[in-house]
Amino acid sequence: MSNDILLKVEDLRLYFRTTKGVLRAVDGVSFELARDRAMVIVGESGCGKTSLARAILRLLPRNVHTYSGQVHLDGTEVMALNEEQFRRQVRWVKMSFVPQAAMNALNPVVRVGDQVAEPLLIHNHVKSKKEAMGRVEEALRLVGVPLDFMTRYAFELSGGMRQRVIIAMALVTSPVLVILDEPTSALDVLTQANIMNSLKRIRKELALTYILITHDIATSSELANESMVMYAGQVAERSHAGGFYKTPFHPYSKMLMASVPTLREDKELAFIPGKPPSLINPPEGCRFAPRCPERFSKCDQDPPAVTMEDGRVVKCWLYTGKAR
Amino acid sequence: MMESKQNGTLLQVRDLHTWFELRKFGFLRIGFVRAVDGVNFDLEEGEAFAIVGESGCGKSTLARTVLGLYKPTQGEVLFQGRSLQELGKAYHSQVGYVQQDPYGALPPFMSVKRILEEPLIINKALPSKEARLARIEEVLEEVRLIPVKDIIGKFPHMLSGGQQQRVVIARATILKPKLIVADEPVSMLDASVRVEILKLLRELQEAHRLGVIYITHDLSTIRYFSERIFVMYAAKFVEKAKVHELIHNPLHPYTQALLEALPDPEPENAETFRNVPPGEPPSLVRPPQGCRFHPRCTQVIQGLCDQQVPPEFEPEPEHFVSCWLYRDGQGN
Ligand SMILES: Nc1ncnc2c1ncn2[C@@H]1O[C@H](COP(=O)(O)OP(=O)(O)OP(=O)(O)O)[C@@H](O)[C@H]1O
Ligand SMILES: Nc1ncnc2c1ncn2[C@@H]1O[C@H](COP(=O)(O)OP(=O)(O)OP(=O)(O)O)[C@@H](O)[C@H]1O
Ligand SMILES: [Mg+2]
Ligand SMILES: [Mg+2]
Repeated sequence: MSNDILLKVEDLRLYFRTTKGVLRAVDGVSFELARDRAMVIVGESGCGKTSLARAILRLLPRNVHTYSGQVHLDGTEVMALNEEQFRRQVRWVKMSFVPQAAMNALNPVVRVGDQVAEPLLIHNHVKSKKEAMGRVEEALRLVGVPLDFMTRYAFELSGGMRQRVIIAMALVTSPVLVILDEPTSALDVLTQANIMNSLKRIRKELALTYILITHDIATSSELANESMVMYAGQVAERSHAGGFYKTPFHPYSKMLMASVPTLREDKELAFIPGKPPSLINPPEGCRFAPRCPERFSKCDQDPPAVTMEDGRVVKCWLYTGKAR
Repeated sequence: MMESKQNGTLLQVRDLHTWFELRKFGFLRIGFVRAVDGVNFDLEEGEAFAIVGESGCGKSTLARTVLGLYKPTQGEVLFQGRSLQELGKAYHSQVGYVQQDPYGALPPFMSVKRILEEPLIINKALPSKEARLARIEEVLEEVRLIPVKDIIGKFPHMLSGGQQQRVVIARATILKPKLIVADEPVSMLDASVRVEILKLLRELQEAHRLGVIYITHDLSTIRYFSERIFVMYAAKFVEKAKVHELIHNPLHPYTQALLEALPDPEPENAETFRNVPPGEPPSLVRPPQGCRFHPRCTQVIQGLCDQQVPPEFEPEPEHFVSCWLYRDGQGN
């Protein structure tokens, strides 16, 4: 495993202003990701996965209340850059994004080839249209879209093909890091498996680093070298994939894993009673405590992020005596 | 519940076809979408089975035809041995429908109480207001929307996705039907809530000996729910078997691909590729000749699979497959 850290995020926060108060969508998230690795981020709907991606990519809505922390990418502290520098040096250049549900947002009146070329032309990465089309062909080949689709329109394509086009748009600028937000959630299982195969192949071929966001734990294992579990805007657990899927530590991770139906293994399914807390004025102590079967007196206080022996991190009082 | 033969058959579906007319400029008929194209099955009283298949293969259309919401183009549906025409309106109080998309399923301007009272009024099930309220409270208890007092006056937008889906289930069961059709009842919900809802449905089914047709695209949830699985591809059933048998001994190449495509959460998955066929399901307007899966099938027999529609074979007892590989009555 390489120790060459590509992305280091520290105490990242993204709070939104809402009519009911300040909503803490990303609330002090820290992690590291080595080059050539794939990290998956899992967690229930509304736990802040997309907001975290947007915070890293600085794709912010108007109602931002707080945006702070550090994002170190490939030797640069990108939070220190101004918007113009960030646009020229970082977004789409070094890291690109496959947004959630983007396949339904493709422009219906633009041909596929021109659509995929868009990030190149907007960000002036190429000198000529001809060069752009060369790069587009390469990107479409990578994701497995036949070249004669270049002259078609999005609405003429199936869902699976549209999603491949979206992924091509994220690859066309040759980034080092690609953040994929639920790239296959809306697709059929066979299409999903085919696209996962493509993503694996592309990563090997281009030595890319991925962050994959999904609420589907079983699918997440298809790409994961590292896993991060989010709960109510925070990191509950970070682990290498072997640790997470085999022996999750955090009580929330354990219950999440127990709720995943498996095909081949016979197991009694469990579920997590109750629901996640509001991100407006969340509870003071551990945010999972109200639903946690293992809670005890200490859980009224905010648990620290405990680093365990093999580098795994768990935000839970049960592990404070077992730190590295 | 295979002993149920003595209880009688709840539903018989024979040679069912539901086609939608395709028109150009609103009047020129240019063809048909063959959304259900020759489906047969029996459902015993108190039995739960699942229909699994990918998006657009005709699951919802089949559900709606069985519920009497679409008139079949050909074939028939018999409920307790009587045709739906014969039963007329009475049929609607015997069947409950849990629709796909819970968020769109509940009228936003109605309280939970009104949502549940409406079917009772429309079907003239209970004459007195008090009796209706008592039944509403009973059903809310049953789907565990408790305390009932807190829930009954709420509007859908005040409820979580899981709670809304419980209201949908309450509405589907309030008339004490014999059959429930649940169309993707949990696919919109978070994984942690899904199991809870499926367990609830299962409990209701067992407690009231309901016949349940559970429709889903997610094979992995099925075995927690039903006894038999029917696999649907391009408007037809391709395989029918008991759950355990289908998962451990899938016969149709399409079923095999579906199972191969579904990962269990294992760290080793990141190191391997899945052996799944490329391509997509065919058009239902001009479906391929012969077996509809043949253009994607790795085991295609040229001159046969691309020419003739495979009949249903039974290579093992109670395990049916529509695939030419089993024409000698044995496995491949
Ligand atoms: N622009 C915004 N203004 C106010 N609140 C927002 C905004 N964007 C997101 N939120 C809220 O922030 C929280 C986190 O949302 P986010 O979309 O990041 O969750 P998610 O984990 O991606 O969920 P899902 O799995 O449903 O995609 C939610 O409570 C959401 O309602
Ligand atoms: N009312 C209708 N008029 C015309 N075509 C229709 C109609 N309803 C469904 N179809 C078509 O029939 C086919 C089967 O649709 P259906 O909704 O039954 O599939 P499904 O298996 O339920 O899909 P999903 O998993 O996406 O819900 C599709 O091609 C669909 O576009
Ligand atoms: Mg999201
Ligand atoms: Mg449907």
